[in-house]
Amino acid sequence: MAPGRAVPDALSQSRRLIAQAKVMKFSTEMKKEMGILCLVTGLLMLIPLFNAVGPESGPLSVSAFQVSLWGKYLTYAVLAMSLNLLWGYTGLLCLCQSLFFALGGYAMGMYLMLMIGERGAYKSVLPDFMVFLGYQKLPLHWEPFYNFAFTVAAVLWVPGLLAFVFGFLAFRSRIKGVYFSILTQALTYAACLMFFRNDFTFGGNNGFTDFKDILGCNINSDATIRGLFIATTALMVCTYLITSGLLASKLGKVQQAIRDSENRVLFSGYSTTSFKLMIFVLSAMIAGAAGALYVPQVGGINPSAMEAAKSLEVVVWVAVGGRGTKWGPVIGAILVNFIKSYTTHAFPDYWLIIMGGMFVCVVLFMPDGIVGVFKQAKSYFARQRSLETTAA
Amino acid sequence: MIAHFFFLGCNGKSTVKHWISLLIVAAILTSSASARDARTVMAELIQSERAEQAGLIEELSTYGDTIIADIYEAWRTGGIYLLEQDTGSQLLQFTDAQEWALVHNGAVINLSEAEAAAAKKQRPARALRKQMKRIIDTLGLKADNTALRIDSAIKLGRSQKAEFIPALEGRLKIETDKQVLSALQEALAISRLANGEDAQVVEAVQTLKALNSVAARAFLEELMQAEGDNERADSSLSYACAEALISIERHMKQQEFFGSFFRGFSTGSVLLIVSFGLAITFGLMGVINMAHGEFVAIGGYVTFLVQNFFIQTWGLSSSAFGWYFIVALPVSFIVAAVIGLIMEVSIIRFLYRRPLESLLCTWGISMVMQQGFRLIFGAANVQVNNPTWLMGNLSFAGFQMSYTRLLIILIALVVVALTWLLLRQTNLGLHIRAVMQNRHMASSLGVPVARVNRMTFALGCGLAALGGAVLSQIGNVGPSMGQAYIVDSFMVVVTGSVGNLLGAGLSAMGIGLVDQLLQPSLGPVMGKITVFVVIILFLQWRPGGLFPTLSRSLDD
Repeated sequence: MAPGRAVPDALSQSRRLIAQAKVMKFSTEMKKEMGILCLVTGLLMLIPLFNAVGPESGPLSVSAFQVSLWGKYLTYAVLAMSLNLLWGYTGLLCLCQSLFFALGGYAMGMYLMLMIGERGAYKSVLPDFMVFLGYQKLPLHWEPFYNFAFTVAAVLWVPGLLAFVFGFLAFRSRIKGVYFSILTQALTYAACLMFFRNDFTFGGNNGFTDFKDILGCNINSDATIRGLFIATTALMVCTYLITSGLLASKLGKVQQAIRDSENRVLFSGYSTTSFKLMIFVLSAMIAGAAGALYVPQVGGINPSAMEAAKSLEVVVWVAVGGRGTKWGPVIGAILVNFIKSYTTHAFPDYWLIIMGGMFVCVVLFMPDGIVGVFKQAKSYFARQRSLETTAA
Repeated sequence: MIAHFFFLGCNGKSTVKHWISLLIVAAILTSSASARDARTVMAELIQSERAEQAGLIEELSTYGDTIIADIYEAWRTGGIYLLEQDTGSQLLQFTDAQEWALVHNGAVINLSEAEAAAAKKQRPARALRKQMKRIIDTLGLKADNTALRIDSAIKLGRSQKAEFIPALEGRLKIETDKQVLSALQEALAISRLANGEDAQVVEAVQTLKALNSVAARAFLEELMQAEGDNERADSSLSYACAEALISIERHMKQQEFFGSFFRGFSTGSVLLIVSFGLAITFGLMGVINMAHGEFVAIGGYVTFLVQNFFIQTWGLSSSAFGWYFIVALPVSFIVAAVIGLIMEVSIIRFLYRRPLESLLCTWGISMVMQQGFRLIFGAANVQVNNPTWLMGNLSFAGFQMSYTRLLIILIALVVVALTWLLLRQTNLGLHIRAVMQNRHMASSLGVPVARVNRMTFALGCGLAALGGAVLSQIGNVGPSMGQAYIVDSFMVVVTGSVGNLLGAGLSAMGIGLVDQLLQPSLGPVMGKITVFVVIILFLQWRPGGLFPTLSRSLDD
């Protein structure tokens, strides 16, 4: 009996030590991560700061246009992060992320349209496009959007509800992998067709535009633009914290296990359906929130925002930045959009070819994206060094 | 014509000779039957005395040559001159092209100024004009072209003039073509509605009912209205009219249903060809080819290029032009297959272990290709003409089916048959199926997996282009023509179980049919959305599609 007891003792002791070491390593990593987060937030805060108090001209001047441009990039970054939650950490390649984004945007757009009031081209309480299409009174489902709190709730629950219904049907019948991608793409396609119709009460192919006020502030004033930028940064930080909190939790472990081998998780007695459904709904809500901040900063939304191609673009941002990494999607979204802005301007005829070629190269040569390149390089040099030492 | 073409296609050169000789014989027969052509008779008529005219008019009424109308028009408006010379008199027409032509054979001659001044203008007598007008109006009934005869009959019938009834009756006796016959009957019945006695009118109404004449609806309604106004609403005539109207309307509804059924069938056929390619690449390699739609566009553009080549070499109106579509089918298949092969070798083969990333990569390729099309062919759609032998409709039991769509269905059937033969009866097919079932096992048993992958991918791309070539005949050819089909094709593949061609075929037909049948009542957008919802619900019931592959292995 004695040796039998001694062995587990030693084992448990060593286990405890390992666990302690892990916790310590974890906490130092935590500290490092939080440091980076604070640094990034601080750097981003410089943009509205320079806009408010910086010089009028020179390299340090930041115009309101640039603030809203960077705000737009940041909403894209949040959108990419929401997809990363699904694709990078759960292995679900969702092609309807732009739909959730646009739904959030439309919800916010409805509020903004109502806030125009009688200052529209037709001087009517109704939004311009409704007057144009011959509506006599506001459709019933528009009424609650006079209330900002309801709008904020709708920004979250509309995409969330759609994700819940669709996800429930899809995951219940074990639709996964490529099939999930195809069905989500078809969902986006169908919704896009629907929003393009004039009689769908959402402005047809012109969508919403010409906003005036948000919460009583002029939407084009510098202060509002700065406020929106700060709100977007806050959303990004929140998303980051949610993501890392999730990953550290037990739920996050199951989530990553589903990505790596769903069948084993099933055999271990977990219902993957509910886990996947939860992540899907959460990700849809984050995407909706990003969309809601996108609309006031860009000044409009129309159904082309939810085209199937837009969803694929989001996937590309994540792939370029590095999927399954915390900062990869942010880097990818900002970088790709930056390049896109530049190339559409500089080579209008060839930008699609350049972008397309870039995607092919990234997939072929950088499977883990830009963030992965550092790792690739590190392991390459490590291998070289070990080869040298063995040679010597 | 379509039968003609397939006849040619099957039997080759000897048949061509046979047909040409037949045509020549036919030409000789026609010319000998009317040894005096219409020009000669017209020339005689213009120069004739009043006594001879009756006989000549009688003779003229048997000709269907439109030249009669031309010469008569010139005669009436003062374009016919008589030049009397010592050598004999010549009847001349001063044509629109400011030339002098001989009336009896149409040959252009040169006149000196003195001769031109000496020529005397000819005018028809008043009595003759009336008779000539009747001949000219019914000229179309005697035309060689059946379509012209039908048009003319319908026009005469709709005018409801009593004076045309004898001409229509006369033609009815000698007409042999079935379509023209029914058009004549319809025209006659419509005329009689206005001109006949009561018994005749009732009979005409019944004829129209039997013919299911859509054109007669307005006339029947008018007749019923008139009966009601005369307070004879319960007469046998108004009952007959009501019955006829109901019958015609029912027939129209049936036709509409059949029309959307037929359209759905042909749309499904295009979808079938496109999604067969997708089912093969997707099912075999698990590679999602987002550029599949661009291969469809390649098919369309190759058809466009082949068409232009034919126009440049032989001209638009030559008979050779009609064959371009037949040539374009294999050419587009080969071009796309070669491009697909290059793509597989250079990019796709590195992605077999990462199916989700192949989606991204092929999407990048599709962006490049789309922009490439825009740069080469322009952003606007290009014009692809239908060959003349594909224009027109086939009537079957009162239903119209366009030759184009019939041919598409036929091509789809051929593609299905060939693909089945390839997969079931050839060595390559055996290898493809082996790799589809178990890649590693097939590889270890000596199947050259890399080569099979290459061939299969090329085959899938070729099929997509074939779909594009076919699509060029019923849709637009433009840089993003494939985008409209790609989502539908993916749905087809998912619904029909991946890698199962029977399933893909059935679901393509099903989706095409449901789409077209829903469109009249729901509109195109809601129709598409309904189809999508139905597919999602269908997958709840059968997650693996129509014919899931039964296997004991786990996916991961």
